[in-house]
Amino acid sequence: MVANRSFNLGRLFIYGCLFAFALFYLAPLYVMLTTSFKDIEEIRSGNLLALPQDPTLYAWIKAWSSACTGSECQGLAPFFMNSVKIVVPAVIISTVIGALNGYVLSKWRFRGSDLMFGMLLFGCFIPFQVILLPMARLLAELGLANTVTGLVLVHVIYGVAFTTLFFRNFYVSVPTELVKAAQLDGASFFQIFRHIFLPVSLPIFTVTIIWQFTQIWNDFLFGVVYSGPGTQPITVALNNLVNTSMGGKEYNVDMAAAVIAALPTLLVYIFAGKYFVRGLTAGAVKG
Amino acid sequence: MSVSKAKKPMTLESLLPKIVLAPTTAVMLVCMYGFMIWTGALSFTKSRMLPQWDFVGFDQYAKLFANPRWDVALNNLVVFGVLFIAVSLLLGLFLAILLDQKIRLEGTLRTIYLYPMAVSFVVTGTAWKWILNPGLGLEKLVRDLGFENFEFRWLVEQDMAIYTIVIAAVWQSSGFVMAMFLAGLRGVDDSLIKAAEIDGASKMKAYWYVILPILRPVFFSAIVILSHIAIKSFDLVQALTGGGPGYASDLPANFMYTYAFNRAQMGVGASSAMIMLMGVLAIIVPYLYSELRGGKNGR
Repeated sequence: MVANRSFNLGRLFIYGCLFAFALFYLAPLYVMLTTSFKDIEEIRSGNLLALPQDPTLYAWIKAWSSACTGSECQGLAPFFMNSVKIVVPAVIISTVIGALNGYVLSKWRFRGSDLMFGMLLFGCFIPFQVILLPMARLLAELGLANTVTGLVLVHVIYGVAFTTLFFRNFYVSVPTELVKAAQLDGASFFQIFRHIFLPVSLPIFTVTIIWQFTQIWNDFLFGVVYSGPGTQPITVALNNLVNTSMGGKEYNVDMAAAVIAALPTLLVYIFAGKYFVRGLTAGAVKG
Repeated sequence: MSVSKAKKPMTLESLLPKIVLAPTTAVMLVCMYGFMIWTGALSFTKSRMLPQWDFVGFDQYAKLFANPRWDVALNNLVVFGVLFIAVSLLLGLFLAILLDQKIRLEGTLRTIYLYPMAVSFVVTGTAWKWILNPGLGLEKLVRDLGFENFEFRWLVEQDMAIYTIVIAAVWQSSGFVMAMFLAGLRGVDDSLIKAAEIDGASKMKAYWYVILPILRPVFFSAIVILSHIAIKSFDLVQALTGGGPGYASDLPANFMYTYAFNRAQMGVGASSAMIMLMGVLAIIVPYLYSELRGGKNGR
């Protein structure tokens, strides 16, 4: 009886803690959403946790189409498009290169290929501050300073280390005997890739694409250093929007803007969370 | 004739793996290692606006360490790093252990704990900036509850601003640590706990003496990953405090950005980047070394 009661108290404690922390993690999202539907008057008079009394889309419309991000006031829409234009090619290119590299590094090893992989792996860890200055020079030399193309290039270059790592670790588990047998049958390098490796690659493509999408969409460092006024990605625009206060501070617009910037990656997380978590643990070496 | 016919495609074929890997290798050598050396060399010159190659030895480093702002950034990194890592580890482990007690709704709770990882640090910073703002945020909320003298203005206080960055960073990353520990716990044989309990140990003791030692590698990886995040932290500071008030909450990455790109002090910027690299190497090299050695021993 006593044991049973303490058992129940223990369970109660566990569930209590778990739900309390769930609230802690959810609170900022809740606050962002509720604030974004309030008008300024209500933000001033009400409190942080109150639900909007008279929900309005004012902040959302303004954040999307007319809020000021520095000297221009076009809202986040153009910058959202910039991010799309950066993310789509960068994700595709880095994933394809990573798949081919991983294929070679797992099944076609040659003298030096392990060293190459080691150096690439090590490259995952370097703080990007070490390459910021020379990369800026290189982009200027190539005529790509402040362009979307330049940003795509930078994201591809520094993303390939991870995509290669992902594919290499996945392809290692494909039986080498299969490759040998196919070779005996006269299949070529690319035929083996197409007919043996590609058909089993759907999960690793999903993981890699989601990982790269999240990384590049959320990037701020490369965006702030290598973009110009017309080519900024959404993270940089959001930061400018929040930190340039023309007139009164509109927290509701800030919050709507933050949710807009977070939405694509949040949706990916909600609908493909399993793959997102797999990428996190696979990329755990990276951090 | 037929021999040479058979041989020729063979050689091209045998070169293909190298050809495929060549562009990545070349770009990696130039854009990672070459650039690292370039920045290293730059840090020994007196470059300001533009790179110039008058070597001045360690002058830039001397200047860097004489700079009070760098001093603040380094101190902040220590405070931020220690607290961020310690709190994330404790919280992550705590939640993982609780979640490992056959919990209903485990999947939902895990999803909730982990979603901040999907969000950009700039978004996190923006959200917490609003929550922690002294006028209308948390302070007002608690005052409305009846505590009229409640004060919470860390965001605008010189000595406290860095702690707001710890709060936001823990919020964002602790769920990830939870996921790592949970994966580790799932790998531990249940019978170990049962055996310890049969021997009369409480559940707490069983975890402390039996499970935690088994999880040592997870602790190790988590610490490496978290310290790596800490050293590279940039966006969160930029969005949450902008390094302010003044430069009170700067971290080295923010210092580097300000000096290299806003103040046209390339030499100082390069030397601060090199110090950051050293910091990362000091953590990563032993880690990779032990990982690779561990791998050879079959782990």
